[in-house]
Amino acid sequence: METTEVLKNTDATQILEINFGPQHPSTHGVFRMTVQLDGEKICGLKPVFGYLHRNHEQIAENLPYAAIMPYTDRLDYVNALANNFGYALTIEKLAGFEVPERAEYIRVIMAELARIVNHITVIGFMLNDLGAFFTPLLYAFRERERILDLFEEITGSRLMNNYFRFGGVKRDLTNENLAAIQKIVSKFPAFLKEFEALLTKNEILCMRCQNIGILSGETATNAGITGPVLRASGVNYDIRKVDGYSIYNRFDFKIPLGEKGDVYDRFYVRVLEIRESLKILEQALTKIPQGEIINKKSLPLLKMPRNFKPPVGEAYGRVESPKGELGFYVVSDGTPQPWRYHVRAPSLINLTVLEEMCLGQKIADAIIILGSIDIVLGETDR
Amino acid sequence: MNIFGSGVFQGMMVTLKNFLTSYFRKPDEGGIFTVQYPEEREKAIENFRNFPFLVYDGSPEQIRCVACGICERECPPKCIHIEMALDVVGKPARKPTVFDIDYGLCMNCGICEEVCPFDSIFMDHAFEVTAPERQISLVRPKKALLKSNEYFQKIRPTLAAVIDQKRKTAEEKKKAAIQPPATSESK
Ligand code: SF4
Ligand code: SF4
Repeated sequence: METTEVLKNTDATQILEINFGPQHPSTHGVFRMTVQLDGEKICGLKPVFGYLHRNHEQIAENLPYAAIMPYTDRLDYVNALANNFGYALTIEKLAGFEVPERAEYIRVIMAELARIVNHITVIGFMLNDLGAFFTPLLYAFRERERILDLFEEITGSRLMNNYFRFGGVKRDLTNENLAAIQKIVSKFPAFLKEFEALLTKNEILCMRCQNIGILSGETATNAGITGPVLRASGVNYDIRKVDGYSIYNRFDFKIPLGEKGDVYDRFYVRVLEIRESLKILEQALTKIPQGEIINKKSLPLLKMPRNFKPPVGEAYGRVESPKGELGFYVVSDGTPQPWRYHVRAPSLINLTVLEEMCLGQKIADAIIILGSIDIVLGETDR
Repeated sequence: MNIFGSGVFQGMMVTLKNFLTSYFRKPDEGGIFTVQYPEEREKAIENFRNFPFLVYDGSPEQIRCVACGICERECPPKCIHIEMALDVVGKPARKPTVFDIDYGLCMNCGICEEVCPFDSIFMDHAFEVTAPERQISLVRPKKALLKSNEYFQKIRPTLAAVIDQKRKTAEEKKKAAIQPPATSESK
């Protein structure tokens, strides 16, 4: 608002409209924004979605329930396990499946590892956008690589895990796997300390990030923002605590909150969240019981996915994915395919406040603001 | 309190330390673990799955697949195409004549491996699958998909051992229950 008024009064420069993306490395995929610029200041910004639209929901409505699982991997491909988790939770709600104790623990362990992977990737890329060209990103990738190797060993694939099944998980964790996870967890704090020494006090980073792209808690709540972006604005809302889904209410962990809701807070909240995830992992690793990894009732489904017909009804399951509230809404009409399948993607909804955060900022800041929201286009466009 | 620039300096020390120690540390303790790919190769992880292949015992004629079509039906992107072979009288021979998998479509999900009741289709480790175009060369016919059980034992020893054991006991059971008309495949 302000900037347009200034313009009228001074009849200074013309407003320049540029298309940023879709083929720009800093848009984290094929995302386009139409930016109106007054000099270097942003006075208008319109996100344009849809370049990666793959008809995910429609495809899913033509598939048996179990066959949708590998497709959910492709939503947010940085942490496929969180998507698996959300979808499995929804169908379990719909069909009334119980999950055995050990499987619950395995799920939490895998989901938290995925959260760590996601957060270090995001932080790395955000710093890349800032101009810390690839050094911090590659440090982050070095650690991520270890976790991905572990995923490959457990799930069979580094990114497209397809690991969760209705009522359990696909493969058990062996003792070696657990030891490997323990090793990663015990080594991670040292890396985080180093990473923080590299970054958090860096004056250039502080100048670029602090007081940039401020999102007030009120706007964030009204716009339905979730995840670290919301918590950086100081709103205490984490579905792991609110819903206590799976077995999250058994663990002792804190929800890190930001104060101002600027880019720096969003970055730092993620660092703190990694620490909390490590805490959850520690607890889960000590408490994990022996036992079944999949519900007996759903075992035949593995061999004959097409015969799975959940009762008529609807279910909405949601998880705290590293990006925010990831929800799946499924309506069943008693046939092997869902009648309606909808994904509530946090990336898409978190993007809606982009304009508000960017107004009045410099064009270079728009890139880091976008980076701090943490979007994955596979999920935004579906 | 802080001198301006000390944060940057501290950061620089971290990068310097990493730069130097990366040459001395072991790969899993922060050292360099980049693999110079075509010359050097990492040891494949056993559970790694890529594209499916078909297992045969002994000779390629003794294919395990009975062309039941379950994997064809359950494959999410529908990239498997099977045609049942017919014997001389025109009865189904419980063997595929055509078994194509379109590698260009396959999403490496591993569902075919999971659903196959005859332990016939498994996920391969070979990832160097290139083709000049995607319409023809990536559709793998049966001939290209068939691989021996020894190969399977080599790439995935643990799973292969379990499967072999399972097949052996099934075989023995079948023999024990001597059935005069040797037509059925009791399963
Ligand atoms: S791995 Fe998945 S996509 Fe590929 S052939 Fe098997 S079922 Fe089909
Ligand atoms: S590979 Fe297995 S599931 Fe597929 S047709 Fe052959 S026997 Fe049936």
